[in-house]
Amino acid sequence: MITVPVESRKSAHIRLTLNAEPVEVSFAPYKTLLEVLREDLGHTGTKHGCELGECGACAVLVDDKPVLSCLLLALECDGRNVLTVEGLASNGTLHPLQEAFANLGAAQCGYCTPAILVTAKALLDENPAPTRDQIRQALSGNLCRCTGYLQIFEAVEEAVVKIAEQRKTSTHG
Amino acid sequence: MADSEKSPAPSTKNRSKSKDGELRVIGVPRRRVDARAKVTGQTRFADDIAFPRMAYCKLLRSPHAHARIRKIGTTRARSHPGVYLVLTGKDVPIEYGILPVSQDEQALCVDHVRHVGDPVAAVIAREELTAFEALDLIDVEYEVLAPICDPEEALANPEPRIHSYGEEGNIHKRVALAFGDVEQGFAEADEVFEDVFFYQGNTHLPIEQHAAVAVKDPDGKLTIWSSTQTPHYLHRALAKVLEMPPAHIRVIATPNGGGFGGKSDPFQHEIVIAKAALLLDRPVKICLTREEVFYCHRGRHPVLMKFKTGVKKDGTIIGMHLQTLIDGGAYGSYGVASTFYTGALQTTTYHVPRYRFEGCRTFTNKPPCGPKRGHGTVQPRFGQEVQLDKIAEKLAIDPAELRLRIVESSDTVTANFLRLGTVNLAECIRRVVKRSGWNEKFRKLPEGRGVGLACSAYLTGAGLPIYWNKMPHSGVQLKLDRGGGVTVFCGSSEIGQGSDDVLASIVAEVLGLDTFDIRIYTGDTDLGPVDLGSYSSRVTLMAGNAAIQAAERAKDLLVTAVAERLTVPKERLRFADGHVFDSAAPEKGVTFAEAVSLAEARFGTIGTVGSYTPPESPAHYKGGGVGPSPTYSYSAAVVEVGVNPLTGWTTIPTIWIAHDIGRALNPELARGQVVGSVYMGLGEALMEEQQFRRLPKKLSSAFVHKFPSMLEYKSPTTLDMPDVVVDLIEEPDPRGPFGAKEVGQGPLLPIMPAVANAVYDAVGVRIDEVPITPEKIIKGLAEKKAGRLPRFGPSHFPQIDWPEALRVPPPWEGGDGNAVNHPPRHGKPASQKEKVLTP
Repeated sequence: MITVPVESRKSAHIRLTLNAEPVEVSFAPYKTLLEVLREDLGHTGTKHGCELGECGACAVLVDDKPVLSCLLLALECDGRNVLTVEGLASNGTLHPLQEAFANLGAAQCGYCTPAILVTAKALLDENPAPTRDQIRQALSGNLCRCTGYLQIFEAVEEAVVKIAEQRKTSTHG
Repeated sequence: MADSEKSPAPSTKNRSKSKDGELRVIGVPRRRVDARAKVTGQTRFADDIAFPRMAYCKLLRSPHAHARIRKIGTTRARSHPGVYLVLTGKDVPIEYGILPVSQDEQALCVDHVRHVGDPVAAVIAREELTAFEALDLIDVEYEVLAPICDPEEALANPEPRIHSYGEEGNIHKRVALAFGDVEQGFAEADEVFEDVFFYQGNTHLPIEQHAAVAVKDPDGKLTIWSSTQTPHYLHRALAKVLEMPPAHIRVIATPNGGGFGGKSDPFQHEIVIAKAALLLDRPVKICLTREEVFYCHRGRHPVLMKFKTGVKKDGTIIGMHLQTLIDGGAYGSYGVASTFYTGALQTTTYHVPRYRFEGCRTFTNKPPCGPKRGHGTVQPRFGQEVQLDKIAEKLAIDPAELRLRIVESSDTVTANFLRLGTVNLAECIRRVVKRSGWNEKFRKLPEGRGVGLACSAYLTGAGLPIYWNKMPHSGVQLKLDRGGGVTVFCGSSEIGQGSDDVLASIVAEVLGLDTFDIRIYTGDTDLGPVDLGSYSSRVTLMAGNAAIQAAERAKDLLVTAVAERLTVPKERLRFADGHVFDSAAPEKGVTFAEAVSLAEARFGTIGTVGSYTPPESPAHYKGGGVGPSPTYSYSAAVVEVGVNPLTGWTTIPTIWIAHDIGRALNPELARGQVVGSVYMGLGEALMEEQQFRRLPKKLSSAFVHKFPSMLEYKSPTTLDMPDVVVDLIEEPDPRGPFGAKEVGQGPLLPIMPAVANAVYDAVGVRIDEVPITPEKIIKGLAEKKAGRLPRFGPSHFPQIDWPEALRVPPPWEGGDGNAVNHPPRHGKPASQKEKVLTP
């Protein structure tokens, strides 16, 4: 009898929408969404810092809500809509949050950045004009050891302005 | 490409207005060159790398703080399905370590484990989970030894010895240096202050866990990708342990997901996977768990310190005597350097005419301590600045005024023979005093609110390499191609601090290009010349100066060729906006690409090199190798606190900080380094600490890390971060590239003492210990209420058998940087003559 290591038994199978694209994936059933994204779907933009739900580095949006992908079994994601940092830019144009983070020094090592970006996007989608305190609150589960957070807040605020300008242009145009 | 990829630079139309010496890239707030990769998730960190046929490695770590390994049985693990290889200590027995004087680590412990988490075996398997499962199938028989838990225990218990080298018993290193007669200074002083402080250990906590991938190349050589700050030193360690010529090993430092000093040692896991990849002839990856990162540690040493300082009534310091007792943890790491660093920089901020320093590092059965942001200088800076606050109060001098009276001046050689560069500390103090409204707040705010001030200095790069030699500390190669492309090769490692952007901005400035025009290849020992690594705040100055030299040499070639073509005197040619043109007639010129083509036709392929070696230090005495730097940065900070007298809870609304940076190459990034340093300092000041405890007897009595997890190791979140008002003091230092000094570490140092001084201003309680937790404040308040000394902190400094001090007369006593006596040496280092194999 051939004994196959448990991880090689890709007996679980789901379909989901990943960054606006329908995908199907087979994987070992115990795997988290984080592991399936990084190891089975080749989306390494989402990071890990503890794999225990403590650091926030693995946040992705599941049905538009920030979720710690290290705590969510991939099996629970069948039929759901997942957004990672790879899906933020569209048609080669960076999302205003990405522009602002790049321009204003909000990413130093960049390791916590993907999760903070998607978490900030969820905030702005729900509340297009958050106060500094609301931004602090929304990002309080995302640890960053480099920036001291201030340039992250400033970048989110800059993106708020840019998104508002874009909306204005598109309604007038 | 979206136009926003380019950093905003002055328009080409302004070329005619280009003035001599006007900087177009340097000093302009810019998007860093690697920003787009970071915000799109495309930066390739070590754990993002994968290869076909790649195997996974897991390490079995010791559950005991101190034990002998009697037997290791690997048969069961080897026969587990999916396991390729099991390694133990005898497979990689050669000792290594970051410092030549403490080659005391083994990739897998052979017969002695020294802390919980010390690795004893490795499993390499087809899947990560399989490797993890097989760890349980390794049978290790330990003989448990009594753990040494802290330095006082280490002093009292020479046995069991943690290492067979060092000075004696469990003392790793003792140093004693005397620069002038401090006793005479104390006799002449109007007041003598004696204070004992304790600085608790803490860890870097980079969000990225250490990871590495090793591959046996198709030609049989070795390549390893690793999240390391020091690819060059990893290269050396691998060559030594694997007994391979360095020429057959390629180390690639991937961008680090945070380092802060924690990825500066060669690590066991790196050596293990390299060995495994060679044996298996397939790629092998390892990524540490968060718990393992706590065991790798190399973080802030816990330091107990005693400051004795004699002053005149006007605040002038007459003499200072500092003693430090350092908890080194289980290995040497950078510890000998750390020991010297606890005494090296006390003389760099204020004039100290007589100085005596004694330091003692002990081994303990805890994860090894090493360099964390501010390496060894942070702890004594806390003590010095808090004591200065006490001195100011006793002498009834405003603490800011006191410091302004005694600040050291530029170009001084200090009592311990450090040659200072530009010193703009006074301006830093004046700036934060003004911006914070210090004069309206200090001792004037209502009970429960207060302000505190502190200052600091830090190296801009260690003046000496880790292994002594006369070679450059940093090298840069440039390749210019006829398409106008410029490629920079340098061994420096990007750890998030922006070192790639430094290289790009300097080369772009010299050659009149945009940073987006420059390609950067760093951290690769095959591609770039050696840079010693991202430690001691050395990269901007050293790699930066090397980059200037390489770029200027390339520019010379281009100038010659273009001057001939345009028949314009060389001196009149300017480089700006992608053009080389006549400054007298700006419309007359060629594009940069044309300039390269002309030079290539004239000289052949265009490639240049630059290198940087720090100036020789005037400190010639033994131990004088730690502390010298080409120049030093200075910082001053004012912290405002609110302290709840019932709960001891401290809130911080605002911090004002001024940093003497020389010149900010990219002000956006420089401010980020200052704010990030303030943040990390705040974590150390208020909450971060490595704590250990003995498990209850029924659970084995083991001596363990109290909370090796991010949840319980508290660090500041977005909700804890105050506003930070940053002032960059820009007076270019001629020693730095375009005048730049360091900014990545120095601004951390004043935060902890400024918080302590502010807490005293708020509630009248001295917390002579870091972190300053609510519990300690409440205890101090209770002392105050009971009419006792309103203080929380260590009560004594133990008796230590110090060696005879090396006596070095300071410059003003006719000293020449040499010792005037020769005390006997204690112990012997764990060093071996290094054999470097040639291919």
